[in-house]
Amino acid sequence: MSAKIGVITFPGTLDDVDAARAVRRAGAESVALWHADHDLRGVDAVIVPGGFSYGDYLRCGAIAKFAPVMTEVVTAARKGMPVLGVCNGFQILCESGLLPGVLTRNAGLHYVCRDQWLTVANNTSAWTTRYDAGAELLIPVKHGEGNYMADKAVLDELEGEGRVLLRYAGENPNGSQRAIAGITDARGRVAGMMPHPEHAIDPLTGPTDDGLGMFLSVLDALVAA
Amino acid sequence: MARVVVDVMPKQEILDPQGQAVANALPRLGFGGITEVRQGKRFELEVADDVDDDTLAKIAETLLANPVIEDWTVRRVEA
Repeated sequence: MSAKIGVITFPGTLDDVDAARAVRRAGAESVALWHADHDLRGVDAVIVPGGFSYGDYLRCGAIAKFAPVMTEVVTAARKGMPVLGVCNGFQILCESGLLPGVLTRNAGLHYVCRDQWLTVANNTSAWTTRYDAGAELLIPVKHGEGNYMADKAVLDELEGEGRVLLRYAGENPNGSQRAIAGITDARGRVAGMMPHPEHAIDPLTGPTDDGLGMFLSVLDALVAA
Repeated sequence: MARVVVDVMPKQEILDPQGQAVANALPRLGFGGITEVRQGKRFELEVADDVDDDTLAKIAETLLANPVIEDWTVRRVEA
């Protein structure tokens, strides 16, 4: 029986279809989850995809954290279920308190949409075991509010515990502190990142297939569990 | 009913790129002497009389502001 990975759709989510496709490409069953759902339909892991949940009118991710499905995700994540938030999903996980810090307007104020080189800083999380430490990935970024901020104590803790997942290589597209592109929780099960691995699973439709490793990694983690 | 104003501002130590963009534009428009601009948000709520200050503080803290990067103030104003 293949692993089931839930992909949440909020009103305003854009990348759920690509995320579901990436899940299937990795060999898992994708399960559609709706923002108003009160249960996770027996999934083994959850992806919170990118977009503009509820229009992001108040602040990115601020309203989504109150969605019924997020209550379930937070509970499951605290028990160790792997969760990956991409872009708006990363913002939602930070607003939900599953990950520390916050994502603010890009330093240059411009929306940035381009293929971005990243360095894998931690290859032991549930989502990155398929990569070599220090591997360079080419994955698209597309966001206006990806400037990762946290106070110095939190940044030092993230660095000290090896919880910086990915860093921008070369030019920093948004001014993120310490060039942080993605982080994990203390157990390495909950991860958030601004770049979009689900848009880089096939050279036919993306710059590379460098993103596929994230989805394969979590399947390894689920089989091992 | 009372009118309640919640002001949300980026914390002083937080880089405020929007405020900086405004500050940089002012001299170009011929306005001198402005050394700093910070941009925030103002919410105006119509509130029933039985809503207490603790509830308003909770609304500001959990939804209207992100306390990681923003400060907030709540004040009741006469309608």
